[in-house]
Amino acid sequence: MGILEWATSPLGQKIPIHIAWFLIWVALIAGLTFLLVHAIYVRYFAKKDFVSDPSSAETLELPARIPRHSLAARLFHWIMAAAMFVLLFTAFLPKAGMQFNWATYHWIAGSVLTVSILFHIIHATFYLDFWSIWPDRSDVEDAWRRSQRFMGKTTVLPRKFAKYPLENKLYHGVVILTGLAVIITGICMMFRVRTIFFPRNPYLFSDMTWGMMYVLHGLAGVGLITLTIVHVYFAVRPEKLPITASMIVGSMSREFYLKEHDPKRWVVEGLSDQRRMTDGD
Amino acid sequence: MAVIRDVMPAFQLYQPSSVADAQRLLEQNGQDALVLAGGLDSMDWLKDRIKKPGVVVDLSGIDELKGIREATDGVEIGAMTTLTEVAQSPVIRQKYGLLAQAAELVASPQIRNQGTIGGNVSQDTRCWYYRAGWPCYRAGGNICYADTPVGRNREHAILDAERCVAVNPSDTAPACIALDAKYVVMTPKGKQSIDAQDYFIGPDLDITRMNILRPGSLLTAIRIPSTWANAEFYFEKVRDRNVWDFPLMNVASAMRSSGDTIQNIRISVNAVAARPLRLTMVEDSVRGKPRNAATGEAAGKLAVQGAVPLQFNAYKIPLMRNLVKRAIIGVQEAAWAS
Repeated sequence: MGILEWATSPLGQKIPIHIAWFLIWVALIAGLTFLLVHAIYVRYFAKKDFVSDPSSAETLELPARIPRHSLAARLFHWIMAAAMFVLLFTAFLPKAGMQFNWATYHWIAGSVLTVSILFHIIHATFYLDFWSIWPDRSDVEDAWRRSQRFMGKTTVLPRKFAKYPLENKLYHGVVILTGLAVIITGICMMFRVRTIFFPRNPYLFSDMTWGMMYVLHGLAGVGLITLTIVHVYFAVRPEKLPITASMIVGSMSREFYLKEHDPKRWVVEGLSDQRRMTDGD
Repeated sequence: MAVIRDVMPAFQLYQPSSVADAQRLLEQNGQDALVLAGGLDSMDWLKDRIKKPGVVVDLSGIDELKGIREATDGVEIGAMTTLTEVAQSPVIRQKYGLLAQAAELVASPQIRNQGTIGGNVSQDTRCWYYRAGWPCYRAGGNICYADTPVGRNREHAILDAERCVAVNPSDTAPACIALDAKYVVMTPKGKQSIDAQDYFIGPDLDITRMNILRPGSLLTAIRIPSTWANAEFYFEKVRDRNVWDFPLMNVASAMRSSGDTIQNIRISVNAVAARPLRLTMVEDSVRGKPRNAATGEAAGKLAVQGAVPLQFNAYKIPLMRNLVKRAIIGVQEAAWAS
């Protein structure tokens, strides 16, 4: 049983046509297994000790609510989430036996996702702290320290997180790869169906290229099943709820901020100019 | 086109003698089973070696699937009743002449002697790309070879195409829809009675099937209610040659009128989409209207709204417009004034 479905083209060429659909169940099981393993890890093994607290002088400057996500960022997130759920349901429910006009809803949701991602790229690049979501040297060092401590070795305590923990940054990186894969292949695949955007041209690529495109779209698609399960799981974990709530209300409490985040690594908006001057001193 | 090899792949042949046994066999073997009614569609698939079922369930030995039985509220036709029997049945000819006309226009006398009404309404599409075994959408692939700038699509769909542009080729299906027939289907969950138009599904819902039959399900009978008995019927089939051919398009209508006024009507066309279409908007638009050229023309124009022609089948749009017009006002009055 292979992970791809193959067919013979009219020219006698063996071509892949799509992924084997049992991978949907593999992705589902992988997501649920991760959820289970992580829950056990957090319950019995995780050690959450951080290096020293910030000085009281610094905490006094902080407002009661720490702004985390702008309105535009929040709108993007929820539009993207809605589009992603529609895409997943319209892609995979028909394979589970549910009948509806999935193709039309699928390309419409895909178009919404594409536009929202384009907005996000521009918004994050020019209006947000672009580098805050990318892993840096401190993240790697702290990850090493945490793994050493998990192994029972004595080492320096890791620092508190910046705006995003390393796991969050890595997840974002994987979503970028899978998201771009489904979007780019999905746009090309729209040339094979009737949409409002461009005339059909099923001969845009060779049969083999089309086949690989369908395979890549499928692999990234089932990958997103697992990634979505993981994302929703973290969103509803009790210790992460303040972060989830901040994606709705835009801010988190000062207490949570000080407990989880390092004010030096995530400088709160409005305080940044003052901090820079202080740091410069 | 695929070369007919005449040597079929090996399969296990089952010849049950009851509907219950047949349904159980189909349920046990699931997607590996192929139903054999008259065999006229199935044998092509087997000889071309495009479909290679492990099990073939031959229904020819099931007597309860054969024959035409009159009931108080209509007539029940067993799914294995031949098209010749349907076309020549006195009760069908007298009360439901629309179905007799449709059955009589299927293929050739020899084929009608062997072909069954259940097989005729449930047959697969004739799209040659699909039947040649190419990996198109309908065959589980990722392309429609007919819907391309150079695809040979003269016979294909102008309405409701969703990736696949194949059409349903049945002649009796639109007649059954016009007569408000119910299809009796035996499923693993029991017997179901389904409206004729709901028996068929388009590619938007499931691109690999033309009707609701899933593995383990079996069409056992077609029930025609007396609602439309002795109504005014119209059936017309347009084809490239006058015998032994599939329709380029067909139309069936059943009408009740009072004087010149159309009281009620059911109208259906086939070979314009992947399923026979009941034209409910046309029915609503002509109900209560005088049965004249203006009504027919308006109905014809309404019928083709939303039609999207392919490279080689734009002729189907005026053809459908005219057939609908003729189905409403008759041949003599339907000379098109464009």
